Amino acid sequence: MEKGTYRVKTGFAEMFKGGVIMDVTTPEQARIAEEAGAVAVMALERVPADIRAQGGVARMADPKKIKEIMDAVSIPVMAKCRIGHIAEARILEALGVDFVDESEVLTPADPFNHIDKWQFRVPFVCGCRDLGEAARRIAEGAAMIRTKGEAGTGNVIEAVRHMRILNDQIRRLRDMSRAELVSYAKELGAPVEVLELIQEQGRLPVVNFAAGGIATPADAALMRMLGADGVFVGSGIFKSQNPEKRARAIVLACTHYDDPELLAEVSEDLGEPMAGIEIDKIPQEELMQYR
Amino acid sequence: MKIGVLAVQGDVREHLSALERLGASPLPVLKPEHLAGLSGIVLPGGESTAIWRLMQANGLAGALKAELEGGLPAFGTCAGMVLLAKEITNWPERFLAVLDIAVERNATGRQVESFETVLPVDGLGEVPAVFIRAPLVRRVGEGVEVLARWQGNPVLVRQGPFLAASFHPELVEDARLHSFFLEMCRKG
Repeated sequence: MEKGTYRVKTGFAEMFKGGVIMDVTTPEQARIAEEAGAVAVMALERVPADIRAQGGVARMADPKKIKEIMDAVSIPVMAKCRIGHIAEARILEALGVDFVDESEVLTPADPFNHIDKWQFRVPFVCGCRDLGEAARRIAEGAAMIRTKGEAGTGNVIEAVRHMRILNDQIRRLRDMSRAELVSYAKELGAPVEVLELIQEQGRLPVVNFAAGGIATPADAALMRMLGADGVFVGSGIFKSQNPEKRARAIVLACTHYDDPELLAEVSEDLGEPMAGIEIDKIPQEELMQYR
Repeated sequence: MKIGVLAVQGDVREHLSALERLGASPLPVLKPEHLAGLSGIVLPGGESTAIWRLMQANGLAGALKAELEGGLPAFGTCAGMVLLAKEITNWPERFLAVLDIAVERNATGRQVESFETVLPVDGLGEVPAVFIRAPLVRRVGEGVEVLARWQGNPVLVRQGPFLAASFHPELVEDARLHSFFLEMCRKG
């Protein structure tokens, strides 16, 4: 009997497919998410929109808060640690969190490296903006990838940008010769072996969700149409007027993304969505995706 | 032979490809009308609560339950086992409730306790098994055959047309359990 193998980690991520992972900050919100049909919750101190608004250093949530959320629901609980913060990741693993998100939404802790995720029994999900970033995270042991988007904006354009770029790069990779692949690896800053694996499979070797700016059922459906295996919704649910109804609608939209009539039905009368931000109104240094 | 794979959420693709490799014609099932003409259905791994909410939303829950009660063969893995069980010891709801077992959800613990191992299966020999936040069977009803155990707990059970595993045969290359299920479907 072997625990924490790569197959156990990536296999777990496969179970999320077609589903919605929701950011929650209280046990009550976690229960609402579970009842709406979320496949997992992300336990946080503050949702990205509040992190963005309040500024300052954003860190791992208080373990007490995470434990309360773990006790409140039967579905898996994820939590975020800062990029490169090995100690926060160890704490989350010790708490028994089901997945660690090494996340750009928190303030990075290491200016040079991400965490060596092979050293952990708990699986990790990491963000990416393109194939190079995805391949580096996979080389470090990430068991799941999510496109970054721009968290806390309620604006889907960056999520779409990252998914489009990723798709385009994978498409180009598919037809490359060995020599071209090596040169492409250099251009992307990506390990050759991971690119070879992606070329062989024609897609990322791990589950890929979309994140960052998804606020409506239509946004979730759009990301699925572009090939995302599922979606993370951060501020989009609990910063909206009617979280229960919106959460349920996003869950349905994520599954039935190619059924426009159903999308029309579930999009109806959801109340006010979260307020959105235009990306070019955000100062460059406040964009989370470049972390 | 048309075999459905419940496709509202979960590791659907892995089941579709295992069935394809064995020469069956697998079809994703998202709506009640997709149940027509099936010789069997696979209920994949995923989150049982999420799958159930999605099935309830468009009438698939009731339609599938009726098919199962009419004898449609079903193979549930992990969440799929929870969906089939008549009783869930640590959850207030019951889902399809056609297989006479009581299961405990997430009985192997949180993800850091998830594991892979090799299990002796009656009639098949050693089979690789991946357990992920897995349910365990705490009670089996009359007429339920236990085909494999892990640490004394039944983890692969069969009752008439229903087969259920606590683990994920779809995550390994070895497709003998899928093949076993196809044989059940062939015999009707």
